[in-house]
Amino acid sequence: MATALQVSLPLPVLPEGWSAEKDFKAAGTLSSATQRIVEPVGPHFLAHARRKRHKRTFSEDDRIQAQENVKKVEDEDAGDISEPEDPLMLQRDAKDWKNQDHYAVLGLSKYRFRATEDQIKRAHRKKVLRHHPDKKAAAGSTEDDSFFKCIQKATEVLLDPVKRRQFDSVDEHADVEPPSKKQTQKGNFYKLWGPVFEAEARFSKTQPVPKLGNEKSTKEEVEEFYNFWYNFDSWRSFEYQDEDVPDDNENRDQKRHVERKNQNARKKKKTEDTARLRHLVDDALSLDERIKKFRQQEHAQKNKRRIEKEAETKRLAEEAAKAKEEEAKLKAEREAAEKVEKAEGKKAKEAAKNAAKKNKRVVRGSAKDANYFHAGGDAPPSQIDAVLNDVDLIIAKIDNEELALLTSKLNGKKDAGEIKVIFAEEVARLVSAGTLKDGEAKSFA
Amino acid sequence: MSDEESSPQRVAIGISFGNSNSSIAYTTSEGRAEVIANEEGDRQIPSILSYVAGEEFQGTQAKTQLVRNPKNTVAYFRDFLGQEFKSIDPTPCHQSAHPREHESTVAFSIKDTESDDENIVTVSEITTRHLRRLKNSASDYLGKKVNAAVITVPTNFSDKQKESLSKAASEAGLEVLQFIHEPVAAVLAYDARPDAKLSDKIIVVADLGGTRSDVAVIASRGGMYSILATAHDYDLGGALLDQAVMDHFAKEFIKKHKTDPRQNDRSLAKLKLESEAVKKALSIGGSASFGVESLADGIDFTSTINRTRYELLANKHFASFTRLITHAVEKAELDVLDIDEIVLAGGTSHTPKIASSLRNAFPPTTSILAPSTSPTAINPSELVARGAAIQASLIQEYETEDIEQSTHPMVTVTPHLRASIGVLCISGSESQGLFRPLIDAETPAPVRRTAQFATPKEGGDVLVKICEGVREIKVTRAEKPQTNGRKEDDEDSEVDSDDEPEEVREKVWRVGKVLAEAAVKGVKKGGKVEVQVNVGPDLAVQVIAREVGGKGGVRGSIEKPAVVENGSA
Repeated sequence: MATALQVSLPLPVLPEGWSAEKDFKAAGTLSSATQRIVEPVGPHFLAHARRKRHKRTFSEDDRIQAQENVKKVEDEDAGDISEPEDPLMLQRDAKDWKNQDHYAVLGLSKYRFRATEDQIKRAHRKKVLRHHPDKKAAAGSTEDDSFFKCIQKATEVLLDPVKRRQFDSVDEHADVEPPSKKQTQKGNFYKLWGPVFEAEARFSKTQPVPKLGNEKSTKEEVEEFYNFWYNFDSWRSFEYQDEDVPDDNENRDQKRHVERKNQNARKKKKTEDTARLRHLVDDALSLDERIKKFRQQEHAQKNKRRIEKEAETKRLAEEAAKAKEEEAKLKAEREAAEKVEKAEGKKAKEAAKNAAKKNKRVVRGSAKDANYFHAGGDAPPSQIDAVLNDVDLIIAKIDNEELALLTSKLNGKKDAGEIKVIFAEEVARLVSAGTLKDGEAKSFA
Repeated sequence: MSDEESSPQRVAIGISFGNSNSSIAYTTSEGRAEVIANEEGDRQIPSILSYVAGEEFQGTQAKTQLVRNPKNTVAYFRDFLGQEFKSIDPTPCHQSAHPREHESTVAFSIKDTESDDENIVTVSEITTRHLRRLKNSASDYLGKKVNAAVITVPTNFSDKQKESLSKAASEAGLEVLQFIHEPVAAVLAYDARPDAKLSDKIIVVADLGGTRSDVAVIASRGGMYSILATAHDYDLGGALLDQAVMDHFAKEFIKKHKTDPRQNDRSLAKLKLESEAVKKALSIGGSASFGVESLADGIDFTSTINRTRYELLANKHFASFTRLITHAVEKAELDVLDIDEIVLAGGTSHTPKIASSLRNAFPPTTSILAPSTSPTAINPSELVARGAAIQASLIQEYETEDIEQSTHPMVTVTPHLRASIGVLCISGSESQGLFRPLIDAETPAPVRRTAQFATPKEGGDVLVKICEGVREIKVTRAEKPQTNGRKEDDEDSEVDSDDEPEEVREKVWRVGKVLAEAAVKGVKKGGKVEVQVNVGPDLAVQVIAREVGGKGGVRGSIEKPAVVENGSA
């Protein structure tokens, strides 16, 4: 669309007398259009769709697209150098390079050990463009190139991986002070300690370093975290803080002495650092709520098991005691019942005896009432004897119930004949039952 | 959007899913579309699935199963997708698993597991399995997990069919970024070639497939495509040509052995497979040999056929291809002279005779892009898949919502100019001017076009006259020069064109409504005048005319038409 069509045919010459306002004359309008669907395919359609959706004209769209492309580059550049320069820093002496903050000099203090090599290079270029001594000279100021030297030194240190590591080891600005016990108790443990460990993690030889996590971390995660920190493998070293070693041509002994001193100082610092870190992890561990929580949980678990066990034995003992008690109770009841039964049995026997005595009396009496079955007058003693013997015989032969029955039959009977009949019946019954022999108790026959 | 989050890396391919064959393509890092060969090395993967004892075969392996295991081989199922049983044409499936009605859709009853029971497998399930195989082939080739695709569909694919295809694809783990029409994909594949020049042209895309043929007339305007007309033939396709070859050899066989191999299903399947191979061989070479072991009654059969014989046998089918294409042109209310390009796509387009008969039916100005007529033509079987791959690479960065919005009718429906807009030039002697089109008819608005015009040798003041132009067909006869004003008259003259072969037909421009005049004054000697015409979405026109390298220039605007009628041509 952008390329113009070339037409070799010439345009007509303007006729004589043709004139119009601003040399343009509109004569008609377009014919009406046909509505059709454009196939939504191809790069040109996508451009069309973009124009139509954003209601842009061709030239607007061209401009916006171009601007969008440009902006990306600018954004990229602006990121690194947005830091303001501290005027004190600008007056630094380059000789004191050991104490300068190289990252701040290059304007990378928000990146620090995270800055990539590319970032450092670009930051250096930016700073050089601004602080080059030639530029300052051109601007009329004195030929002060000390800050420029600072920049060069910073770049030299940061672009050399070994030197950079040495500097990073002692870069205090990257450290995060661990919060005190009071602060931790007041504030959020994870928010306060997280950055501390993240800052320390930069010294780890093994990456990535486990995160502190949060209150929802599992026991395994927390354990892994502390295990890692107790076995921390650090590359931190302290060469950067060495004293300057004198040149060879000076006193050799002096040189060796300084070297040894440095060596020892490094070792000492390293041990101190390890101890410091250990202490820090100890502190964190002691303040970590999760550890307490896990311990409590474990305790609770153990206790739970113990309590359960105790409860079980208690329950069993109780059950046994109860069973025993019940048994005893049952036994007592049974004994009491037996006693009562016995007593009652005695009483009944007595009563039966009494009744039998009474019945016997009645039976005997009835024989007497019947005048010993003697017709008229007093019965002769032989008769009386015979009858009484017979009656006694019957009484002896029959048991208590039959006696009671007999008594009830005899009760109230006065007529000798009737009584005799009853006795006779009784004798007959006994004879038929075989208890009495035929011929016995003849007096009732 | 949500897809974006779950899979940040979208790997998109283009899939051409045809009734007979499918192709997969991807775009290389250099922006070239390339068709992926599957594990068997096929770039045209037959859309056939076959099951033998629970094992799934696809592509060529499945195709050979048509002979041995036709009942468990599913073929030609694309068109059944999203259709009801009563509206499908099961003819092509005669020699494979037969479609059957299942609930509201079409299904096949096949033994797709190790057990001997037949399972009802719906056509969408079959499609899912097919697409999954394609996806896996592409993933293996690219070494990356493919999760999105642009799939091509015929122009008359209904929304319901698209919906079921989309569902089947997502079951196969493919996000369908967009459905694009097969003919448009073919045009895009040509336009995306690095050496392609963007021009305004009318293109006829003939997608000649295995079982059906589709023709679309497309206006390509500055890389935007609008379909002007389509024609479909569901019987015409490569299968008919196979049939012609088959019948030929069957007759020959009968003559020798007194048996008709077409009586036996198995013989028929063998005959069909070999005939297709012979047809393909004839597209490349002048003669081909036919050989089938144990074709019928255990008799081996070999024979040869040359291309002339084949072209004679299938002549009437070739004629119908040409007829279908000219019919589509007529439907678009255009003349063959209007057609700048014919793109032949689909496997059947390899046949040289189809291209050569089109060559005869269309004027020499029409370029025919087919392997036999143009050495630079892209393999017609791969065209559509390539187009899909290009579209996939264009939109794979887009968010789903963006794609939806961009394909919304609000964006796609645009007014298309009914007449061309141009500038009147002087052609040497003629003083009344000659129309030079600047913006062709059927160009979607808004549009911006610029042209540079030469000026009279001596320079000076020139007139820029913007007008509408109407294309007309002028028929000239050698003995009796006659100018017919309208196209309808051409039909009459075409009837007696046999008697008068000297007849010359050409495209001329009739100047229509004058839109505006502008004067560019004081043009330097040998200078050029640049005219820019900017048609707005409401058909208001902005004109800028100025001397190339000069300052200022003339600006003017033409108001939009009083009533924009919703014209439907």
